[in-house]
Amino acid sequence: MKGNKRRTGFLFLCVAPATILFFIFMVVPTLNVFRMSLYERGAYSPDETFVGFSNFETLFRDTRFIQSMQNTILLIVVVTIITFALALVLAGILTREKIRGQNIFRVIFYIPNILSVVVISGIFSAIYQPANGLLNSIIELFTDLANPIQWKGESLVMISLIIAMIWQAVGYYMVMYMASMAAVPLDLYESAQIDGAGRVRQFFSITIPLIWTNIRTTLTFFIISTINMAFLFVKAMTSGGPNGASEVALSYMYGQKDAGLYGYSMAIGVVIFLFSFILSALVNRATKREPLEY
Amino acid sequence: MQQTKSPGNRIYKAFIYVVLIAMAITIVVPVAWVFLASIKENSEFYGNPWTLPAGFHWQNFVDAWERASMGDYMLNSVIVTALALAILLVVALPAAYCLSRFRFRSRRFLNVCFMAGLFINVNYIVVPIFLMLRDGDTWLRSVFGDGFLLNNIFVLAVVYAATALPFTIYLLSGYFATLPHDYEEAAYIDGAGYSTTMVRIIFPMAQPSIVTIILFNFLSFWNEYIISMTLLSSANGPRTLPVGLLNLMQAQQSAAQYGIMYAGLVMVMLPTLILYICVQKKLIQGMTVGGLKG
Repeated sequence: MKGNKRRTGFLFLCVAPATILFFIFMVVPTLNVFRMSLYERGAYSPDETFVGFSNFETLFRDTRFIQSMQNTILLIVVVTIITFALALVLAGILTREKIRGQNIFRVIFYIPNILSVVVISGIFSAIYQPANGLLNSIIELFTDLANPIQWKGESLVMISLIIAMIWQAVGYYMVMYMASMAAVPLDLYESAQIDGAGRVRQFFSITIPLIWTNIRTTLTFFIISTINMAFLFVKAMTSGGPNGASEVALSYMYGQKDAGLYGYSMAIGVVIFLFSFILSALVNRATKREPLEY
Repeated sequence: MQQTKSPGNRIYKAFIYVVLIAMAITIVVPVAWVFLASIKENSEFYGNPWTLPAGFHWQNFVDAWERASMGDYMLNSVIVTALALAILLVVALPAAYCLSRFRFRSRRFLNVCFMAGLFINVNYIVVPIFLMLRDGDTWLRSVFGDGFLLNNIFVLAVVYAATALPFTIYLLSGYFATLPHDYEEAAYIDGAGYSTTMVRIIFPMAQPSIVTIILFNFLSFWNEYIISMTLLSSANGPRTLPVGLLNLMQAQQSAAQYGIMYAGLVMVMLPTLILYICVQKKLIQGMTVGGLKG
């Protein structure tokens, strides 16, 4: 009996701190996101008034919010497709081919992943600078630019953002895919080669089906992380400008917080959360296949 | 193999090398360029960006360190990162150990909670956390005359540790669950108590997982800027390095102090790059062991 008491005490001491921290700083704020979206709250006073779904009603008539959602969806689609394709092909090449310096390539491709998004936006502001920027100066080698290209101007800002986000993400997913590709047994490729299947055929008929589980997981993950990374990039690179042209959903949410509209800001949070959840579920369902064994 | 000798194959191989090298260049060159730019004098930024620096203009670093207070921010970042890592380990290790190796009543419930926590992203809950701390400050001020929750790097460290708990516990539990129970039984027979067994027997065995956790969380704490920007928002309060850099980048747009900005960029990324070069093998292995992380 005494031993039992000591055991309970030990367990309590071990688990309680983590549980308390987790509840205060994660569970309570999460519940608050949902609760506060139904309230109106003064900018400087903790007084709240219940307003029901009126925050959401305003939201769906807010053209700036709709634009920010469109930008978010554009980023999810374009960044996901390009990053996914690049990472998969690169991983396929680096695992299947005998490449000299294979490890060096892997190390280099992973570098953007360890840099702070603030650092990456600093690097890209040097690249995108209209006068004396790295990109424009390269283009000027080939054609004479009468007016420097405004990479962060209203018409190009989304493309610039997409390039930066892909630059950051490719290495990470490449390493993920390389790990699962390394687990595919070599004799499958050998017998395919004897049967006369070329590299491309092998890639689509052996590699992709066998790492499908991993691909599915990463696809869901692409959606969630693109929504978040888009926020980090926009906040550091463009602050949503010019004229809200690069505003994404989460940066718009954060902007409403700065304006003191907390209830409205949280309503945006709820909508994005539900959106990402539903989209992930749909993608997960659409990509469902019978798992292959090897 | 005859395949490797055919001319078509040689062209294919050459093409692959060109693509890989081109991609490696797009990553290495901008990063290296920032390092070179950090020792250029301000006047050198108005010409061709590809010229090499005229000399080592260390003054940029001195100015960034002193005039732009990056030295203070560096110290803050070191304290926040180290403290958050310490809190995280002290809290997460015992919790993960108990949750994965003991059977008790609330265990299932807690495990489900922490698993669900993996899907809570801090970008959604940063506003409620901010409001919670601000309300706390208001209350503290009314009772004690002074609030200390916002603009406090120690509170920031606690928030960092708390938000990293689900992933850390998930990763550690996965490791602890694989250990055979014989270790504890042997220790109990030798008369060791629960805590002695945990600290002396189990934790040393978990060292590889602990290293992985420290690496990943170091990178995420060091590079983080959204929570830091929100919780340390006072104009003359403390700041962490990435937020200081962000301010420097925004100031640069009007004041055109390029040299200082690039020196600041180097200060933020150099520690992560050095760490990466030292432990890149471990980091990439750890990533695939731990599965996905955003």
